Amino acid sequence: MRWGKVWTVARIDLHRLFISKDYWVPMVILGGIFFVFIPWVLLGVVTRPQSISVVQQIGEVLTSLPGAASENIPGDTAQGRAAYSLAVFLLAPVAIVVPLTISSAVGAQAIVGERERGIGEFLAHSPLTIKEIYAGKLVASALPGYLATLGGFTVYAFIVNLRAGPMVGGWFFPTAGWWLLIFWVVPPFLLVALAIIVRLSARVQSTAAAQQAASLISLPIIMASYVASSGFVLDPTLAAAIVGSIAWVLAIWGIASGARAINRERLLGVGTGN
Amino acid sequence: MTPQMTTGIQLDGVSRSFGEIRAVDNLTIDVPQGSVAVLLGPNGAGKTTTVRLITGSLRPDAGSISIFGLDPVEDGQAVRQRCGVVPPKPALYDRLTGRSNLEYAAMIWDAPPEAIDEAAERFAIDDALHLKVAGYSTGMRTRLALARAVLHDPDILLLDEPTAGLDPESARAVLDLIRELAGSGRTVIMATHLLHEAEGIADQVILMGAGSARAAGHPLDLAARYMKDPVVIIDAEDRQSLSSLESRDGVIGTSWNGALHMTIESIEILPDLVAELVNDGVRLTRIEPMAATLEHLYFEMQRQLREQAPPPGVAQQLPRNPKGSPP
Repeated sequence: MRWGKVWTVARIDLHRLFISKDYWVPMVILGGIFFVFIPWVLLGVVTRPQSISVVQQIGEVLTSLPGAASENIPGDTAQGRAAYSLAVFLLAPVAIVVPLTISSAVGAQAIVGERERGIGEFLAHSPLTIKEIYAGKLVASALPGYLATLGGFTVYAFIVNLRAGPMVGGWFFPTAGWWLLIFWVVPPFLLVALAIIVRLSARVQSTAAAQQAASLISLPIIMASYVASSGFVLDPTLAAAIVGSIAWVLAIWGIASGARAINRERLLGVGTGN
Repeated sequence: MTPQMTTGIQLDGVSRSFGEIRAVDNLTIDVPQGSVAVLLGPNGAGKTTTVRLITGSLRPDAGSISIFGLDPVEDGQAVRQRCGVVPPKPALYDRLTGRSNLEYAAMIWDAPPEAIDEAAERFAIDDALHLKVAGYSTGMRTRLALARAVLHDPDILLLDEPTAGLDPESARAVLDLIRELAGSGRTVIMATHLLHEAEGIADQVILMGAGSARAAGHPLDLAARYMKDPVVIIDAEDRQSLSSLESRDGVIGTSWNGALHMTIESIEILPDLVAELVNDGVRLTRIEPMAATLEHLYFEMQRQLREQAPPPGVAQQLPRNPKGSPP
């Protein structure tokens, strides 16, 4: 595999996305909602002195956690503990939702979109290998979502520390679990989803069908991420390490099998390509 | 251009089906290196599939393909590196500028950066390189696609309906450019259903129908093979008065295509025929021995091939020589 060629394929797609406001404006809005607006509002509500009932409700939830887990939550006050829990545990799945939503939109068009625009013919006649084309498409699909997540994560860290930090004794975010989540768990989850979505993009007849299929793929993966994030409450570091490891295995398998499912005939849109 | 003896592109008994549709059927062609071959045939004749088989984008179900000694299935990457392809739709990135389209193609084919401006200038698209391709006219798109196809100085040019959708002026400009490319020693295969496009370009015309090569050869050889009998175009003030020609001695057949096209056994009988018509009171307005254009050759070949071996279901797909009674 010639990585320079892979990057060329990815660059073409990223260039097209970068100059398409109709793509990146919704992406910025989505990231803004999940990483800025929702945490800002929720943490604002929890940290207000008047929000006694909300804090009590969250406190009751925390008392039902196993002893070790609830003891690890820092903060001297109920409000501080509630704000910490909200920031560290409850909003963790956001880190999966945002990149998946953004990247699946790109991945769904990766092959079928090229076919519909007639570009498939250009790629099919090129000296690029199918693996290079596939890897390039995967990179071009994954990068926008992941970079948006990294950017959002940075902004989120500032918001969380500014809002909840004073109540838990200073800046506390990102925690070890969140570092692992962003750099160990999110990438393989994203790659698993994209490996399936790009593969489907080669098989379906239209972009609309690819988008539908991408939604179906994203949904269970988002649900899985919620399940995984519940493990973070018990032991964030261990949960992230285990979940991430499993996801990496699945991602490597998904990418390898996805590459085998694409061929030049699918780029041209003729026959079954088998 | 005189074809060299070195074999460039060979397809031997190649077949390719899509489901129950046999797009290419036992196709055998031989295009010498440095020559220009025109795949001529109606829509659905298998021309595009042939181009795709040559680059290895499609695998044949049967038969063998050799491109300068390489098998495009096994050595696809090397074959495609030596090919420049202009597909029926130019396959350009609409949202990018013309320059970006060429830059990315140059990266993919490892063409030197200076080739971008050279190719753009050659195809007179250099002034529009800074514009997004979405705003290009069909002619500009085709010229950009041609520039992209020659960026890496390919040995083989595969042009699939390069003038599709172009106005006559743009089409002529593109054909002139193709003539220029053909003169530079490259092996060129052009697929078209427009007969006049092959005139003056082709070293070899390959007449395709129902996925196979029905006839192949230099246009002059084909003319000698299929147009032995001279054709005369003849017209009169009263066209009904020409209807008796078909039954006269030495007349093989007649057909109408704007005027009467009369096939005769020998040009020697023409003066006598004209004299007879004049004696019969026919007021002739046109008498013209017809030059063997590729169009006439094409229809004559089709007619003779249909008569010789009409394959089931093929006749309907092939264009027929317009023939009928006087209007």
